[in-house]
Amino acid sequence: MTEPVIEARGLTRRFGTLTAVDALDLTVEPQTIYGFLGPNGCGKTTTVRMLTGLLTPSAGTVTVLGHQLPRDAELLKRRIGYMTQKFSLYDDLTVAENLRFVAHIYGLSHRIARQRISELLSTYALEPMHNRRAGRMSGGQRQRLALAAATIHAPTLLFLDEPTSAVDPENRRDFWERLFDLIDAGASILVSTHYMDEAERCHRLAIMESGHKRADGSPAELMAAMGAHVVEVEAPDLRALKQQLAALPEVISAAQLGSRLRVLVRDRIDDPINWLKAQSLQPAPTGLDLARPSLEDVFVTSTGKSARQGSSLERPSRADGDARADADANTEAAGTPDDTAQHQEDHRR
Amino acid sequence: MNGMLQSARRILAILSKELTQLRRDRTTLGMVIMIPLIQLLLFGYAINTNVRHIPVALVDQANSGLSRVLTQTVEATQVVTFTERYVDISAAQAAIVEGRVRAALIIPPDLSQRVARSASVGAGLQTPPSTDEQTSRPVAQWIVDGSDTMIAGAIKSLRAMPLTELLRRPANRSTPTFAVALFFNPEQRTAINIVPGLVAVILTMTMVMFTSAAIVRESERGNMEMLINTPVRPLELMLGKIAPYILIGLVQTTIILLLGHLIFDVPLHGSLLALAVATLAFIGASLALGLVLSTIASNQLQATQMTVFILLPSILLSGFMFPYEGMPIPAQYIAEVLPATHFMRAIRAVMLRDASLDQVAEDTLWLLGFMLLGLLLASLRFKKRLD
Repeated sequence: MTEPVIEARGLTRRFGTLTAVDALDLTVEPQTIYGFLGPNGCGKTTTVRMLTGLLTPSAGTVTVLGHQLPRDAELLKRRIGYMTQKFSLYDDLTVAENLRFVAHIYGLSHRIARQRISELLSTYALEPMHNRRAGRMSGGQRQRLALAAATIHAPTLLFLDEPTSAVDPENRRDFWERLFDLIDAGASILVSTHYMDEAERCHRLAIMESGHKRADGSPAELMAAMGAHVVEVEAPDLRALKQQLAALPEVISAAQLGSRLRVLVRDRIDDPINWLKAQSLQPAPTGLDLARPSLEDVFVTSTGKSARQGSSLERPSRADGDARADADANTEAAGTPDDTAQHQEDHRR
Repeated sequence: MNGMLQSARRILAILSKELTQLRRDRTTLGMVIMIPLIQLLLFGYAINTNVRHIPVALVDQANSGLSRVLTQTVEATQVVTFTERYVDISAAQAAIVEGRVRAALIIPPDLSQRVARSASVGAGLQTPPSTDEQTSRPVAQWIVDGSDTMIAGAIKSLRAMPLTELLRRPANRSTPTFAVALFFNPEQRTAINIVPGLVAVILTMTMVMFTSAAIVRESERGNMEMLINTPVRPLELMLGKIAPYILIGLVQTTIILLLGHLIFDVPLHGSLLALAVATLAFIGASLALGLVLSTIASNQLQATQMTVFILLPSILLSGFMFPYEGMPIPAQYIAEVLPATHFMRAIRAVMLRDASLDQVAEDTLWLLGFMLLGLLLASLRFKKRLD
């Protein structure tokens, strides 16, 4: 039982000259939610596809639930569930028809299928709309249906690729409650996301950037080992201040949050408050407070270390920094333009 | 055993999913009925290889009672209708160039002498040498727009038209070289040959079109990534995909043959069993062909283009429009590859010539082989991977 459900070593995938995933090591323990946090195009979907046996790795080894991939991909398929990033059930079938289809595709008998479907309809609050066509449902309803379909054969391991990208916050919270129910029932889950609040709920987390794993650990561990202080700065002209701070090599990033500036200072500075006061900043800050690090701070400190010199993630906490096209065309990338240019420069080097 | 059961369950799941989707797609469902209906009526009435009432011009330089009798005799054959009259040959030629008429009949001023000589030869009063220019001259001349070989052929058939009316003699009792007995279609109605052929053409169109889109549609609508993550096997997917269309193919065949019988009086001489077996084999072959196309095409537009690529030779080379035997050998080889050619032969044999199942076994087996090969190829080409 203590054997990891996913064990990947040196996992690499190249599309032509582009390396979408580069030498990724990954260990996922049973009965945990493992999160993949990263911007669009960082290789999350490619990794998930390699772990489900949909893509053949260019290099590296993968063992999922004891099955070696890609060799045993077909054996694995009965034991995993996969919720794709884009809704992939049939829009022109009703909720019940979709579930029945998936149940029979997984070889469930009529009796078991009926029983599972009625369980799932009530678990995911789909009972009242079981006769509605999937194409006419809201984002949250479709996502619950997709999760129901992905779990209909009671898989041991569940892959969720950006499951909540089209869902409002309240539905997102409900959705995560359901995920923890599945963990309690003995399943393990690998979820990719670009939402910080979702990443924070994971037992363990990998931060991905342009095909590399930048950090790996529980959210608390990551925050503790961040290697930077968080200082919230108040001042009359934040934009001018931000530019001056960004120019300092000790400052990793400065991002505006309403009337404050959230500044990450490298932890080689022992007393960041006094150090900041000592910098002759114009206008002088009116308030300086140490703050608790957030996952977003972890993300900023662990990604783009060499390229990024003061740019930051914009609120709301979406990590759409990198607009590089992932070869699988899931490019809804809404990357911040200045970051994009810088990153593309970086890839060419 | 359990594996077989699960396999059957998966095929059934895909089949019933396809049927449900089809039931909700009113436009496609309408086309299933309307395509054979409209095409049968259209082609059944429209296609006629017996050319009649060709518009032609008349240049009557004799302008006598005899010439008028001659033109009436010609018109009585129903091959041509005199729509224009000219005094001048060049005017008639201009009318041909302009396309107002397809040919012109020129009656020379010395018609009566020519007829008299012709009559004496025909009546056997004299036996002049055939080299004699005076006696072997025809009574009048046709100038024809020979670019359309069918039209030209029809007018050429008038060459040896008997002139009994002109000569006021009892019907020509001359013995033809051959006696011809027309079996199976003694009245020479084109519809008899066209309607069974239409089954082949319409089934090629609808069957290949439906299945060529079948796999591509799953990818285009984004369902494929879910599907290939399930334990479904490629062959199960293929079988589940084509099964509902077998039913549709049979419905279409029934519509065409029933209406063909009611409206165009097309007979079914052979057995229903032979017809059903040959038709099922052809439906299977067409569906398998569509599946292969579907694994090649990357979107539905490409699938449609490939369908047309198959459909055109299936109409033009299969023997539907033109006799297979008239084509050059390389074209015959190409035609042999098309399922429509084999089915065209089989269905015409069964329906019109009362051929038994074993008399069309060769074509039927070929179609079954084609289907199996197509299914195998499509299943092998279908990869449950994204790379």
